[in-house]
Amino acid sequence: MMPAEEKAFKGLKARELPKEELFTQGHRACQGCGGALALRLVMKAVGNRVIVANATGCMEIISSAFPQTAWEVPWIHVAFENAAAVASGIESALKALMRKGRLKKEKIFVLAIAGDGGTADIGLQALSGALERGHDFVYVCIDNEAYMNTGIQRSSSTPFGARTTTSPAGKKSIGQVTWKKNVAEIAMAHHIPYVATVCPTYYQDMMNKVKKAITTPGPAYIHCLAPCPTGWRCSPNLTIEVGRLAVETGVFPLYEVTNGECKINYPHRRLKPVREYLQLQGRFRHLTDKYIEIIQERVKEEIAKLQALEKFSSFYKNALANF
Amino acid sequence: MAKIDAIVSWKKLNLGAAITEPGSARQFLTGDWRTQRPILNKEECIRCGRCWIYCPEAAYNEDEEGYFICDLNYCKGCGICAQECPVGAITMTLEET
Ligand SMILES: Cc1ncc(C[n+]2csc(CCOP(=O)(O)OP(=O)(O)O)c2C)c(N)n1
Ligand code: SF4
Repeated sequence: MMPAEEKAFKGLKARELPKEELFTQGHRACQGCGGALALRLVMKAVGNRVIVANATGCMEIISSAFPQTAWEVPWIHVAFENAAAVASGIESALKALMRKGRLKKEKIFVLAIAGDGGTADIGLQALSGALERGHDFVYVCIDNEAYMNTGIQRSSSTPFGARTTTSPAGKKSIGQVTWKKNVAEIAMAHHIPYVATVCPTYYQDMMNKVKKAITTPGPAYIHCLAPCPTGWRCSPNLTIEVGRLAVETGVFPLYEVTNGECKINYPHRRLKPVREYLQLQGRFRHLTDKYIEIIQERVKEEIAKLQALEKFSSFYKNALANF
Repeated sequence: MAKIDAIVSWKKLNLGAAITEPGSARQFLTGDWRTQRPILNKEECIRCGRCWIYCPEAAYNEDEEGYFICDLNYCKGCGICAQECPVGAITMTLEET
């Protein structure tokens, strides 16, 4: 809707990051929470002309302990499963009110926020519906890789081998036995204008992607890896480092897909061994070399697939241009 | 710590229990969760702002000289700033009672 702004935006400079805090101090997140940091960065990038729909989960609980709120913008707490549906409703209502002249015509962004459980599990069909209908909104999944708010239960976004309270590690179990669901890929399959993966460690990359997503007309999906010291069983000062290693080992590559064209942003050097990422976290402590090797192979495979997609999409774009 | 009145009669609630004061969580000082506090050595600090941008509590504020100073009213003592400072200008020390 705002192609001018989209074109003018060349990326935030490190020295010019917005100072205003729209996600404020005094929220109740654990020490070193990656999700709270992610929200702070998201809000810095989005600015204050926005309405937020936030599904139940850590990020909702920690920011809205009644009678207080850590939000400086209009914000609505929605059920566990319907952040995307409520965001669709808000977007449609704004459109209708502006059309009828009951609201001044201006650009008001709509942002949906949910945890990985609220996105990959129970909210998946609401998300799919909203993406398919093409509402102009951004969906941010704060992925801490389990249902943290209710006490670390597994979700379909929990990685292979991770110990949670419902995928315990012991003599007969290695923790989570399924591989992490790739929701970004599912979002891509809806052929929406913009899909990106982000991690707060790479804050500039993250804020640029969020800004790009919000200014892109139509639906955009952002998948954010948010290290959670409480659930991942790591020291709270290592939140940033764990995020960095997740990216550098290739466990969580950062990429963006703009109108079907894929670009990998990180890692751009050789992958570090996944062991470096796993060993910082208590949830993987029980894994033997055999399972670490299995994870390593899987990571290589996923990265190779992603690189192939990147090559294919530029090849395809060239072919289309010469058609 | 500032006392907050969390128990309110339902007659006083807004429609839909709406909270009408934006950013009111600022009244809740999370600093007393802390067991360690960050100490900045200004001589080593290069004023890059890494501590400020990585702080999940938004506890760091820039002063007139461009140094980033931690607001201990909110700092929960996670130690991210000390870990991420590229020149090691921040150290965490145990909070004495
Ligand atoms: C329909 C429904 N089922 C269960 C719950 C209980 N519940 C509240 S938060 C939550 C977990 C949220 O997990 P996730 O979406 O991963 O977010 P996180 O807390 O990890 O940030 C659950 C199961 C609920 N609120 N609604
Ligand atoms: S449990 Fe994890 S995601 Fe939830 S507030 Fe604590 S650190 Fe953040």
